[in-house]
Amino acid sequence: MSRQTSLLYLDGVSVSFDGFKALNDLSLVIAEGEMRAIIGPNGAGKTTMMDVITGKTRPDTGEVYFNGVVDLTGEDEAAIAELGIGRKFQKPTVFESHTVWDNLELALKAPRGPFATLFHVISGGEKKRIEDLLELIRLGDKRNELAANLSHGQKQWLEIGMLLAQDPKLLLVDEPAAGMTDAETAETAELLKDIAQTHSVVVVEHDMTFVRSLGVKVTVLHEGSVLAEGSLDHVSADERVVEVYLGR
Amino acid sequence: MMTSFLFRALDARAGLFLIILLALTVAIPASNLLLPETSPLHVPTYAVTLMGKYLTYALLALSVDLVWGYCGILSLGHGAFFALGGYAMGMYLMRQIGSRGVYGDPLLPDFMVFLNWKELPWYWYGFDMFPFAAIMVLFVPGLLAFVFGWFAFRSRVTGVYLSIITQALTYALLLAFFRNDMGFGGNNGLTDFKDILGFDVQADSTRAGLFIASGLALALCFLLCRALTRSKLGKVLVAVRDAESRTRFLGYRVEHYKLFVWTISAMMAGIAGALYVPQVGIINPGEFSPANSIEVVIWVAVGGRGTLIGPVIGAVLVNFAKTWFTAALPDIWLFALGGLFLGVTLFLPKGIVGTVSQGWSALRQRSASAAYEAGSDEPPGSPDAPADVSHKRASSDASPQPAE
Repeated sequence: MSRQTSLLYLDGVSVSFDGFKALNDLSLVIAEGEMRAIIGPNGAGKTTMMDVITGKTRPDTGEVYFNGVVDLTGEDEAAIAELGIGRKFQKPTVFESHTVWDNLELALKAPRGPFATLFHVISGGEKKRIEDLLELIRLGDKRNELAANLSHGQKQWLEIGMLLAQDPKLLLVDEPAAGMTDAETAETAELLKDIAQTHSVVVVEHDMTFVRSLGVKVTVLHEGSVLAEGSLDHVSADERVVEVYLGR
Repeated sequence: MMTSFLFRALDARAGLFLIILLALTVAIPASNLLLPETSPLHVPTYAVTLMGKYLTYALLALSVDLVWGYCGILSLGHGAFFALGGYAMGMYLMRQIGSRGVYGDPLLPDFMVFLNWKELPWYWYGFDMFPFAAIMVLFVPGLLAFVFGWFAFRSRVTGVYLSIITQALTYALLLAFFRNDMGFGGNNGLTDFKDILGFDVQADSTRAGLFIASGLALALCFLLCRALTRSKLGKVLVAVRDAESRTRFLGYRVEHYKLFVWTISAMMAGIAGALYVPQVGIINPGEFSPANSIEVVIWVAVGGRGTLIGPVIGAVLVNFAKTWFTAALPDIWLFALGGLFLGVTLFLPKGIVGTVSQGWSALRQRSASAAYEAGSDEPPGSPDAPADVSHKRASSDASPQPAE
């Protein structure tokens, strides 16, 4: 696929920290509306890849394009978020001293400047949107609860809700099922599949059952570059993948 | 827009606090001026001035709380903004002396005559006019804070590193203002004031007026802080305090928010300094001393950071204790202050107000959850299937939905 028609386009991206190559000539293309699972052993560069896409880390070399035309390497985190890339962290990161409602309100797509927020009055449309999200992430009865008091799984869901509130084109979801029970993991997979109908999603995950239940194209990262790509069955059959990851 | 902004600032607690503050602002000067000295309710002038000084300290503590309690910027240099506001007011007061100085020079303040200066430095122009001085009280601390914050926040200097730089800032200003060539009176600073707005600074009525001005300034700044922190901007500030990088990834430019609140806070500290100087009658470089700024942080910690009311109470209480201790047991005071800080950090991490309101809401929550248990058999937070995204108004019997 060419750069112009892609949603996210990484070509030859390398990042090294003190000589350690976290990403090594990584190339990856995500199409509009696609859902992609990224797997790989620890240290394969999954989180670094997300850092590069969201502007937290600058690549040493390589190209990163969003929507085919926007060069992400020249933008900072806030600008990239405004462009429409939302990110969920590996460790659930919500605003603990805010209520569930306020967490969603802060994430909701709206002007982000200090003066816009200073005089902001929440509109009916925004309230409706928050209500919808609360229902979606099943935290309706917790709306006035401080986020700090939520369980781990609920925080993960709240963060996914905040991601949706931003109304991004592309969602980067880092280990959404980490620390969840089997039942919660299955629900999260369903939720992500629902979200993927209207958004492009990149999911980084360790849990193979989870990845299988998503039923999407899988990219295997190893030592900072792509080792294999294809359906889960296809990559599972790849000997190199088995050796570095699945076999152990 | 503006009305809702201000309306948001007021609720029962803030209203009660303001009523008490304004009542004291009226009652104390009234008792000083109207009651005879023999009356048991008469407040002597020295006490009015002392409490007026406490009010300016409370305003300074409030400004520190705005950045520290709500945005997580631990400033150990707010004394610098306080002192700059004080110097701006001091310069106005110096120009008001006119030819009544020891050397009788109509234009030059005494210390300049003493240093053999022939003409007024350019930066002293305009300070004979009160409106100009009043603008400078806001502008000079605000500009310094803006420039400092612009570089510090854009470079993402945070946490203890930022605190250390703020200490360096105030220390650098301390050294600079000690120099005679700076033209701010060097070691001795600015003093021997005569008039403010044509009123004798020593007169009881002027002192009462300054007390009232301090009370009103505190009330107004409290309202402003309240409105700021209860707006969506305030929520963003707390978000920055608790999870800065998360806030960035939501698309907020954290540095703009910090710069905004930092500059406002510095201007408030400047107002506090400007009201402080005519009441104590002197401003000298000692006000820039790093220890002063640290003491302000202690007031805020004692009162309760992130509460707005807390710092006011903390500043008044600690300074009252300081006044008492330095008179009764002068050797003990610094130990008491250190012990107080340790005690608060260990046993009251949320300060006085924070602990009280935490206890209050814990009580309320307990009764609420008891009511919840009695009224509902559905345990909160049970893992259940997500509602289908395409049917956002799904009914409550949502069973696991198959993916399309």
